[in-house]
Amino acid sequence: MSESQKQTVVALVENKPGVLNRVASLFRRRNFNVDSLTVGRTHKPHLSRMTIVVDAARTDGRRIAANLFKLVNVIDVKLVSEEPYVSRDLALIKVRTDDADSRNAVTLICDRYPARIVDMGVKVAIVEITAQEDIVESLIRELEPIGIVEMVRTGVVAMGRGVRILDTDYEPPLKVAETNGNYQVYGV
Amino acid sequence: MILTGAEIVMECLIREGVEVMFGYPGGAILPTYDAMTKYPQLRHVLVRHEQGAAHMADGYARATGRVGVAIATSGPGATNLVTGIGTAMMDSSPIVCITGQVPRGTIGSDAFQEIDITGITLPITKHNYLVNDVRELAYTIREAFHIARTGRPGPVLIDIPKDVQNEKTEFIYPEGPIRLPGYRPPSSASEEQLADALELIRQAKKPVILAGHGILMSGAVNELRELAERAQIPVTLTLLGKGAIAEQHPLCVGMMGMHGAAACNYAIQEADLLIALGMRFDDRVTGNLKTYSPNSRKIHVDIDPSEINKNVKVDVGIAGDVRTVLSQLLPHVPSKQHIEWINRIRDWQEDGDERDIVHHDSGDKLYGAQVINDLWHYTGGDALTVTDVGQHQMLEAQYYPHQRPHTLLTSGGLGTMGFGLPAAIGAKLGRPEEEVWAVVGDGGFQMTLCELATAMQENVKVNIAILNNAFLGMVRQWQEFFYEERYHATPMYSPDFVKLAEAYGIPAMRVTSRDQIEESVRFARSHDTTVLIEYAIEKEEIVYPMVPAGADLHNMLRRPKPGEK
Repeated sequence: MSESQKQTVVALVENKPGVLNRVASLFRRRNFNVDSLTVGRTHKPHLSRMTIVVDAARTDGRRIAANLFKLVNVIDVKLVSEEPYVSRDLALIKVRTDDADSRNAVTLICDRYPARIVDMGVKVAIVEITAQEDIVESLIRELEPIGIVEMVRTGVVAMGRGVRILDTDYEPPLKVAETNGNYQVYGV
Repeated sequence: MILTGAEIVMECLIREGVEVMFGYPGGAILPTYDAMTKYPQLRHVLVRHEQGAAHMADGYARATGRVGVAIATSGPGATNLVTGIGTAMMDSSPIVCITGQVPRGTIGSDAFQEIDITGITLPITKHNYLVNDVRELAYTIREAFHIARTGRPGPVLIDIPKDVQNEKTEFIYPEGPIRLPGYRPPSSASEEQLADALELIRQAKKPVILAGHGILMSGAVNELRELAERAQIPVTLTLLGKGAIAEQHPLCVGMMGMHGAAACNYAIQEADLLIALGMRFDDRVTGNLKTYSPNSRKIHVDIDPSEINKNVKVDVGIAGDVRTVLSQLLPHVPSKQHIEWINRIRDWQEDGDERDIVHHDSGDKLYGAQVINDLWHYTGGDALTVTDVGQHQMLEAQYYPHQRPHTLLTSGGLGTMGFGLPAAIGAKLGRPEEEVWAVVGDGGFQMTLCELATAMQENVKVNIAILNNAFLGMVRQWQEFFYEERYHATPMYSPDFVKLAEAYGIPAMRVTSRDQIEESVRFARSHDTTVLIEYAIEKEEIVYPMVPAGADLHNMLRRPKPGEK
């Protein structure tokens, strides 16, 4: 599975209960196969942003974008991987460091990556890396022989380069603080 | 003005132009039912099952082009709507369903008659709402109607907790434009798309138009006829597109697809240009996609961008309102002739006529095809017909040519048995001036026959024609062709339909021979109430032509010509 087959879709969505459910339900109903889906808040409390990575060989990102566009709570959709963009994946990788060799090896490997050791103990260490997905995967491959005991990844977030800005001046009719919980502040 | 949530619902419905609601009361929707007493201008039709309410709202919507409204209580009331909502979704019919929900404080506690209806209907509504705050109610209802009727229409559900219906707030109707930043149905074609489409039309020698439901819903009937006549392009119709062009128009070839006219399917397969307008290349019209219209360039206009390139890859895909796009296109469409091509299609049509059962002598046997053909004849071809699903539905589509738009209502996408009677009641309430015939089979009719009582209680006149072959005919046909005639679970016992009708106070008659059909139409017209006519037809009739599921569109099973085996 080569990296060039990956497509990245970014969706700006209303920060309301059930929106993630609508998106997930759409993927299930249309039989879309998704590599990763991340959701987070934006600088506006009523807006969240989703990044969806798909393998183009299995699911066409354009079809995902066209179907997402139909959801009423999805304000805008972009297939960001069609133009220059920045993408980042964050991983926390817990590796075995119970002898001098493994500790040295982990330290040396991390030096060659945008990675750092955020917790070092006598038995295990936690490595943090924030990078493009393929770089994260390369680090994981190098750490694997030493012994990965636990790992978590956030999934990819992405943003188009330059002035191609995905935003909206939309404001909801009722402000967050005024409503009876229909606009959640934390997540969707 | 301080109003309760329930009163706000009524105020908003009136402002949306609603005249009739189809519903069934229950605990969680009672505040809304109580508020109805203060708004007698809103007619409420009490159904016998909530599925009927959804189908009536759907039938009303399809007949009028306006939004149909169904109301139900929480729990089973809401779940009973589901089949009707799915039916409306698949056929892009604008309905708004209002359901009661248990009070906010008990949501999630498995309270009595609590069901997660917004969760259940998520994939089968265009959008849905759970209203948590009475101050959002008016916005929500306005949005719901807007979403239901604009763009590609569809069902919207609003779930309102009982305490929100009771809660009071200052009612200010939200005037001004609706602000839905994530809802932007496409409208028109770009100059580039128009130029590309026109170039394909200019080059084409064997073009075919595929006209669908979108022509009717966007009101593009005149534009379609003008396009066809100007460039002399034969028109084929989807099941839901029937009425998009007068079927006796010389350029109309008929219905395409699994049980379509053979001439349509041959024309599509041989064409060098398909112009698909407001249709979605459903598997029932394409057959095997790999061999579908292999030599044609394709133009596809549909209001739903996700339909473009979904099933069939096209050369020019235009996401837009089909009427708007045709109006953009028409001034540039050249006058053309395709005499050779049209004659070729005529030859196919003549071959089809020779095979047609209504032209054969069938002795004393009564066939469903003859019933529909004669109903068409004796109603002057001008009735508004509503069908159920099955053989009679395909026969209606084949033997009842419709001259006017919005005169055939049928469940195409979901294929919902039980749709016919309730949808006909809804249609008649929306268009009381029409002669409405519910053409149903003995199977589907028994799924929703409880609505006979609704028709009588509400004084709705519908002519019910039951084509009774004592079989689930279409399933039996599949068993005959593909399951070696093992007729399992398809023979049907039915009540004496005439006596059944009489029990409801409905005049009824039974027809057993072809010469009684004219009399049956006179009988139907002689009563002011709903009437029921049972046509006892041959048990083992086959609907020809038939493209077996997944087969190539041109590989149809055909009825032999007389003298052929």
